[in-house]
Amino acid sequence: MNRSDFPMLDQDIIYFDNGATTFKPNTVISSINEYYTKYSANAHRGDYDISYKVDLKYEDVRDKVKDFINAKEKEEVVFTSGTTMSLNLVASAFFEKYLEAGDEVLITKTEHASNVLPWFNLANKLGIKINYIDLDSDYHVTIDNVKKAITNKTKVISLAYITNVIGDKRPIKEITKIAHENNIFVVIDAAQAIAHTKIDVQDLDIDFLAFSAHKIYGPTGVGVLYGKKELLGEANPYMLGGGMNESFDNENEVLLKSLPYKFEAGTQNIAGVIGLGAAIDYINNIGVENISVYESKLRNYLINKLEKISFIDIINYEADGAIVSFNIDKIFSQDVAYYLNKYNVCVRAGNHCAKLVKNVTGVTNSVRISLALYNTEEEIDEVVNLLSDYEKIRNEMI
Amino acid sequence: MDDELKKEIILENYSNPSNYQKIDDESYEKYNTNNDSCVDNLNFYIKIEDNIIKDLKFEGEACAISKASSSIFTDNVIGKSINDAIIYIGEFENMIDQKPYNEDTLKDACCFCDIYKQNNRRNCAYLPYRGLKKYLENYINK
Repeated sequence: MNRSDFPMLDQDIIYFDNGATTFKPNTVISSINEYYTKYSANAHRGDYDISYKVDLKYEDVRDKVKDFINAKEKEEVVFTSGTTMSLNLVASAFFEKYLEAGDEVLITKTEHASNVLPWFNLANKLGIKINYIDLDSDYHVTIDNVKKAITNKTKVISLAYITNVIGDKRPIKEITKIAHENNIFVVIDAAQAIAHTKIDVQDLDIDFLAFSAHKIYGPTGVGVLYGKKELLGEANPYMLGGGMNESFDNENEVLLKSLPYKFEAGTQNIAGVIGLGAAIDYINNIGVENISVYESKLRNYLINKLEKISFIDIINYEADGAIVSFNIDKIFSQDVAYYLNKYNVCVRAGNHCAKLVKNVTGVTNSVRISLALYNTEEEIDEVVNLLSDYEKIRNEMI
Repeated sequence: MDDELKKEIILENYSNPSNYQKIDDESYEKYNTNNDSCVDNLNFYIKIEDNIIKDLKFEGEACAISKASSSIFTDNVIGKSINDAIIYIGEFENMIDQKPYNEDTLKDACCFCDIYKQNNRRNCAYLPYRGLKKYLENYINK
């Protein structure tokens, strides 16, 4: 749907790597261009008109994000450079202060590096322990397994809403309920989920949530950290500098700005934030639910075709996201990606930054197709056709 | 070397790689080499006696190009003195850097003469060379 909105699609290209990043619609590109050509000033310098306009636009996006994820207050929305920074910020600014040696953090082995390494870092610094929730035979998280993994030392459960290799959607609402009954905080990596499913942080009762703009048709280098106001209020600043302090006189007298500005040190990615606002408008105009239904239909169409090919091994039959990971018998994933590239088809091969996945699936690397709203059944037909001829793949993979 | 022959050599070495074997023998030393941009990850097992590379085996995960290149590489390196191995690595580097190179030294490895055109694949073909170069630098300085 809406293919004409995306100038990248003017090229003869089939783009199936949307889990890595999405193409940008014209409205996003023009919003960024407009900032640079019509009101390119810094924020928080409202002494002249164009800077005042920047402030209004920038803060308007905060409101848009607040509504998009249904946060209670706009102070709960912090702009960051992306999911990775958001997760690092939560780990360092809040949990480094809160956790003590012996405390336990629950993750899974299908998390992206961004939701593993910040916790490993805290484990080394504080002596906390990282435990893993067992996955079922489809590599999904079940409530029973969450319950089993919780101990009286568990203080945090940190999970992707939808994972980037398996594409499974976790039962977050049930998980936060159990977590909060046990005084456990819940951190959600929504990088893969945000473009594919409606997220209501109040309904799901999420404590912290992270996502990136570039995976929802917005620009790279900008993202969001949502945190409940009382929690963000307790957190230390992550970076110090201009824009986040009220006043300072000496090392003992530094007064920080209130939320969310105490986390936004230095000149922010203003163009990026404005682009994010345009991306949210774009998604809202179509409707996340409509995108979700369309992508599920596409995924089913793809799975039905791929499963008929005898030499293709699908790793994630059951998944709610728009991701299909697979391997071709005796052909290395990277060679498959290289072969498809010859036909202008973009797919991802490798371990997809989720290097613990191999410990549960036994598969060290795979080809990943990740779909977006502008992909079509015709594109799938073309790619499936390319993947149907084993000899052709073998011959042309080098 | 025409394109068909190049492809044939690569596919043959990928399908039936020479010296593809995990070694559990104390007379061999093991070193790992990998590409950080992809998942190529190979272990090499080397036996050096009197400055001669007596044996070289490899195993692990790699794409067709890395595996085929490692197969040809081990065939070419076994029996060479350390100095000749370094010269051989240098010739391969010349080839992928589009400099003049000695075809007689490289033998079947000449099948990668066009690999410079594909930057990601260039790293795959170079993987075994990079690994041995690093190993030998440490070996000589020991």
